[in-house]
Amino acid sequence: MDLLFVLLQVTGGDIGTLGAALGIGLAAIAAGVGIGKIGQSAVDGIARQPEAASDIRTTMIISAALIEGVALFAIVVSGFIL
Amino acid sequence: MRQKIEKYGLLVLMMLFYASISVTAQENSPMQEELNVKELILDHLSDSYDWQIVNNGQWDITLPLPVILYSKTSGWHFFLSDRVSHGSSFNGFRISAESSYKGKIVETATSGVVSRPLDLSMTRNACSLLLSSFVLILMVLGVARVMKRKPMEGQGGFVGMMELFIQMICDDVIKPAVGKDYQRYTPFLLTIFFFIFINNLLGLVPFFPGGANTTGNIAVTLVLAVTTFLVVNLTGTKAYFREIFWPDVPLWLKVPLPIMPAIEFVSLFTKPFALMIRLFANIMAGHAIVLGLTTIIFMTVSLGSTINTSMTAVSVIFMIFIYFVELLVAFIQAYVFTLLSAVFIGLARVRNREENKNNGPEAIHINK
Repeated sequence: MDLLFVLLQVTGGDIGTLGAALGIGLAAIAAGVGIGKIGQSAVDGIARQPEAASDIRTTMIISAALIEGVALFAIVVSGFIL
Repeated sequence: MRQKIEKYGLLVLMMLFYASISVTAQENSPMQEELNVKELILDHLSDSYDWQIVNNGQWDITLPLPVILYSKTSGWHFFLSDRVSHGSSFNGFRISAESSYKGKIVETATSGVVSRPLDLSMTRNACSLLLSSFVLILMVLGVARVMKRKPMEGQGGFVGMMELFIQMICDDVIKPAVGKDYQRYTPFLLTIFFFIFINNLLGLVPFFPGGANTTGNIAVTLVLAVTTFLVVNLTGTKAYFREIFWPDVPLWLKVPLPIMPAIEFVSLFTKPFALMIRLFANIMAGHAIVLGLTTIIFMTVSLGSTINTSMTAVSVIFMIFIYFVELLVAFIQAYVFTLLSAVFIGLARVRNREENKNNGPEAIHINK
C-alpha cells in the first residue's frame, strides 16, 4: 500500500505513464518466458533426435515469430498510451 | 595467445586513440544544441515530404519530393516540397507543427480554419515503395526471362539464388498450407514474400535509395493485411462461410445467442489485424533500437571523453549485432506473413468433410 503511494508521488500523479511502463516490462518478461520455453523444447527435441534438427529449427523459428508478435502487440499499444 | 594480444592490442589502442581525438574536437565546437532523442527517433521512423540524403553540420543535401494536393476551396496544387519546408507557407499550405496534424500539410482557409486537404503527395514512403516495386519487377522478370530461355539447365549466380528461394517458399510454405489448388495462389503469395522481404531489406540500408521505413509504417502493412483478407474471403468456398456462421457445434451455442458465430466472425478480422501489427511492430521496433543505440553516442558527448569513447565502442558493437538480428527478422517476418496468408487461404478452401481427405492440405506429398 505504501509502495503504491510512493509510486504515485514519484510520477507526479500520472498513473497512466506508470501503467504503460509497467505494461512494457511485463510484455518483455512474457516474451522472454514464452520464447525460452520454445527454445527449451527445441533443444530437447534436437538432443533426442539429431536427424530432425532442421525441421525442429524451422518450427522453432516460426513459433518464436508468432509469439513475439503477441508481445509486440502489447508494446505497440503501450507505446500509444505513452 | 600472447602473440594475439601483441598483434591486436596495438590495433585496439590505436582505434580508441583516434576515437578520443575526434570526440575532443567535437567538444570544442560552439554549436551544442539540445538533443531530443524521442523526437529524433520519431522523425526518422515517420514519413516526411522530403528525402534527407546527408545532413551533418557541413552539408545539407535534401531531395524535395512532389506534393500533390486537392483542396475543396482551391482545386489541385502541384509543387515541390521545398516550398513548404522549414515552416514556410505557400498558397495557404504549410507543414503543421500542432500535435493533431503533426508533420502533415494543412491548409489555412481565409476564415482561419485549419484543415487537411486531400493529400496524394509522393512522400518518402511512397517514393521508396515505388523504388522497391521497380527493383522487384526488374528482379523477377529478369529471372523469369533467363529461366524461360534455358528451362532445363541449372543456373548459377543470382538466378540460381532466386530459384532456390522460390522453390523453398513453394515447397515448404505454399504447397503444404494451401492444399490442392495451390497453383492459383502462388503468384500472390510469392509477391507478398518478395515485396515484404525487399522492403525490409531496403529499410535497413542507411544511405540514399534505402533507409525509408516503409514496412514499419502501419498504412503499408494495413494494405498488405487488407489484400490478404480480400483474397482469403473472396475465394472462400461455401463450406468455409457455413462453418463460420453455422458451425458444427451444439445447438445452445448457436440459437438464442449466436456465441460461436460471433466469435468466428470476429476472428475473420483479428487474423489479418494480427498480421498487420506483427509486421509493423517488428520492423518499427528494430529501427527504433538501431536509432536509439546511435543516439547513445551523441547523448554521452557532454559526459566527458572517456565515457563517450567507451560508450561509442559499446554502441557500435551492439549496433552491429542488432543489425544482424534485423536481417534475420526481415527474412523471418516476410516468411511468417507468407506462411500465415497461405494457411488462411488453405483454411478458406475447405470443402465438405468427406471430400477433405483427398483434396485438403494433407493431400500434397512432397518428395524430399
